[in-house]
Amino acid sequence: MKPVLALAAAAIAVAFLAAVPLYADAYQLSLAITLMNYTVLATAWSLFSGPTRYVSLATVAFFGIGAYTVAVLAERMAWPYILLIALAVGLAVALVVGLSTLRLSGVYFVIFTFGLAELIRQIVTWYEVNVTRTLGRYVFVDIDAADIYWQLLGLAVLAFAAGVLIRRSRLGLALRVIGDDETVARHIGINTTFAKVALFALSASFMTLCGAVMAPRWTYIDPAIAFNPVVSFQVLIMALLGGVHRLYGPLFGVVPLVLLFEFLLARFPNHFSILVGLAFMLIVYAIPQGIVGFAERIARGKRGAA
Amino acid sequence: MFVAAVASGLVLGGMYALIAMGLTLQYGVARIMNLAHGELMIAAAFAAFWLFTSAAVNPLVGLLLVVPAAFAVSWAIYRLLLTPLVARAPNRDALEVDSILATFGMLFVIQGVMLAMFGGAYYSYSFLAFPVNIAGATVAANRLLALGFAAAIGLGLYLYLTRTRLGTAVRAVAVDPNSAPLVAIDVRATAALAFAFGGALVAAGGVLISMFLTFNANIGVVFTMKALIVVIMGGVGNLLGCLVAGLILGLVETFVATWIDPGLTLAATYAIFLVILLVRPQGLFGTASR
Amino acid sequence: MNRGRSLFAGTLACAILTLAFGGAVIAQEPASIKVGYAISKTGPNAGGANVTQIPNYQLWVKEVNDKGGLMLKSIGKRVKIEVIEYDDRSNSEEAVRAVERLVTQDKVDLLFPPWGTGLNLAVGPVFNKYGYPQLAFSAVTDRAPDLAKRWPNSFWFLGTSKQYVDALVDLLSQMRKDGKINDSIAMVSIADGFGIDLSKAAREGFEKAKFKLAYDKSYPIGTQDLSPLLGEAQRSGADTFVAFSYPPDTIALTDQAKVASFAPKVMFLGVGVGFPLYPQRFGENIEGIMSLGGWQAGNRGTAEYRAKHKAMHNRDPDYWGSQVGYASLQMLEQAIERVGKIDRPAIIKELQTGTFDTVLGKIKLENNMPVKAFPLIGQWQKGFYTGVAPAGPGMAAVVVPKPAWKQ
Repeated sequence: MKPVLALAAAAIAVAFLAAVPLYADAYQLSLAITLMNYTVLATAWSLFSGPTRYVSLATVAFFGIGAYTVAVLAERMAWPYILLIALAVGLAVALVVGLSTLRLSGVYFVIFTFGLAELIRQIVTWYEVNVTRTLGRYVFVDIDAADIYWQLLGLAVLAFAAGVLIRRSRLGLALRVIGDDETVARHIGINTTFAKVALFALSASFMTLCGAVMAPRWTYIDPAIAFNPVVSFQVLIMALLGGVHRLYGPLFGVVPLVLLFEFLLARFPNHFSILVGLAFMLIVYAIPQGIVGFAERIARGKRGAA
Repeated sequence: MFVAAVASGLVLGGMYALIAMGLTLQYGVARIMNLAHGELMIAAAFAAFWLFTSAAVNPLVGLLLVVPAAFAVSWAIYRLLLTPLVARAPNRDALEVDSILATFGMLFVIQGVMLAMFGGAYYSYSFLAFPVNIAGATVAANRLLALGFAAAIGLGLYLYLTRTRLGTAVRAVAVDPNSAPLVAIDVRATAALAFAFGGALVAAGGVLISMFLTFNANIGVVFTMKALIVVIMGGVGNLLGCLVAGLILGLVETFVATWIDPGLTLAATYAIFLVILLVRPQGLFGTASR
Repeated sequence: MNRGRSLFAGTLACAILTLAFGGAVIAQEPASIKVGYAISKTGPNAGGANVTQIPNYQLWVKEVNDKGGLMLKSIGKRVKIEVIEYDDRSNSEEAVRAVERLVTQDKVDLLFPPWGTGLNLAVGPVFNKYGYPQLAFSAVTDRAPDLAKRWPNSFWFLGTSKQYVDALVDLLSQMRKDGKINDSIAMVSIADGFGIDLSKAAREGFEKAKFKLAYDKSYPIGTQDLSPLLGEAQRSGADTFVAFSYPPDTIALTDQAKVASFAPKVMFLGVGVGFPLYPQRFGENIEGIMSLGGWQAGNRGTAEYRAKHKAMHNRDPDYWGSQVGYASLQMLEQAIERVGKIDRPAIIKELQTGTFDTVLGKIKLENNMPVKAFPLIGQWQKGFYTGVAPAGPGMAAVVVPKPAWKQ
């Protein structure tokens, strides 16, 4: 009964969200796209990093691969093929990162993933400068903001569905054991390599597709735009702030943070940095367990009192 | 040509080591992944710039003012802002996450203050910008000075940490903060000291690089990234590792620029970093602690 | 689902939404012309935006409002300008959203462009979709003619890379003919849109003029040490050193060339040579250094502009983009006053076809770009950044060789 209800609620929510482009103006749609973009990225990020506790800064590597593949192939082939190619490239890189987790852990993994994203950006730049002799590609494709929004919504739905299915599968259990103690996981016969690599690849696929879908927004793409490391940090912060122990946790980091950034940028364009920093610290100090953890505690408290 | 490449490589590497030393101390001992690192460094650079241009204070004298100030500020930051996080964190991972989030906020605050004071324009001044000849290679005096500082600080602190009582206490906290109290080490005080010392090193780096780099209020994050790479490559908390990693990156960069292609310098440094990490997952001088 | 939890979350989301959207409603004065811009106040673009662009916006708005506003014939009185500004954080997505916000939420009457080639292209479709004139004056791209065709509302004041390169090649060819330089050139360029676009055009231009490229490399953004490149350029035996660089690299190249006592006969550097910081930093050593843009010593308009800029911002303008940017704002002002009301299609039409009085003199656009309106190549001569090419009235003679460095 309960799962059916949850499913129905989710379906209504998705239907509601799908209708947004029908009544939103350009700016509201644009804000919705940003929200959806970070929802996909942060949810995909926590698919892997939540249960395994490997903190990755490679988000933008995959996002950028997706966006850049579109920049290279736009106008040359049909959209679905471009997406498939982007996905293939993203998966290949994901395997490299996934396998690196065999050797690296903790902060070493964090900075490894950061270094990898930067390496990819440098190589793409060098290739464009010296081989194609054009840096900065123009994407003139016939995809408008509403199309982008719907595609992102589709990705978000898939990411959530994947999250639910994984949590219920043996893989999900295996990952939680790895997150608690990787040595124990290996001792009780879990194929940790397979579990980690498979999940990382899945998470990276969503990020890659997200980048590909977003690319037509910008007209002009160069490696600095596609592989902007700020994206990786922002996704990490949003996910951590929301809370990664629940599938919907990152959503609660994405929505308030995107809106907060937007509000401060618009109202205080000259003091944005100071205010966003202060707001940020306030949140960290006041809400130690992430927003979902905080909400859960309040909910528990209320129930206890009643 | 070879001598010239080695000279500029070492000088560049010295700068990389210099910007990373403060961070390795802060992260290695106090377990604070300080994302505001680069901003503090640029703040020190602005302080040196301001002292030099409006009060005509020689940046080397400025160092004597800025470094103690940074020590005090960092100590206060640790005591006031970071101690609550340390106290509430149930384990090391939780502290790492909290410190990333908190210092990310600090990054914006410091950047915002600098923007309000200096705007977004570029700043640069000329100090000790004359050539020095070493074995036939020409390098700028100010860059050489940065290398000298990096080497002196790296070796000096390394010896201090390994040869003295307080240094041993600091290392004990770095290795195992839970057991350190058993041998009568005040973990919080030691960590605060290490964090403040790291802050002082960051500021020294900021003053020194301000003599030869063009900076603005937004550029700090570039140095944070570079510093993170150097710290991890050298092994967390190891100053000697930091020095060696910085020099390796500097040499790789100039060698690639001279003999292969300047377009690949950064790609090469990242590639070297990744390979070293895959071969030695704990960094060059790191010990397998977990 | 837990009802308590989702109820809480819902309330939170609603509260924040109200906060964000409520913030967008800004009190409207019916009797004002709203001008909006989103520009990089933070992030990597801020350094350029803060020197070349933002001061011009502030100066122009202040001057117009001091006059009582823009004269609108249709209502027969002057109307003051109200500014709405956002920070795009040097990010394409933020820039697009901010411009959409300015158009649909703030309902601005006019938009000013963002800083840089990438962001001007990113917001191009939005300007075009809503029919706002886009007077880009910090973008150099060889696609400018195509873009002007694709988006007839867009104007590309700095022109194409080819224009600059042609002017430079003419200058160098003349020097070679006069026996002042050899035919070999060392070129470095930053691996970013600007450097690559210009170095590509330069490569073709030099080849056509039968120059030899003795050294030709790019370097990534964020390179902290340029001495290896300078060493190679020095060893290449070229008399001419050309760098398409960004401000921090331009300063580092000058500094490190001086330390290495590398004084090529022609030293041409990229963005930043015209920044007020440059003469401050290098004093007499700037003599003979060449770059993009340039001013004309005899031009009273720019001299007055410089004085006004200095009075308001306490620093000189950038000697490349600033005057062009200010001229573009003057053109916009005149176009609006001629049309007499905020009728954007008519304003665009007027910009395309009219002739305008600006600090640079009379300007008439061709295919949405100015032609021979301002110097393309400049050189520091006795403390003044003077235009030396393309050949024409008001251009100073170029000085070769660049004097040796004073240590």
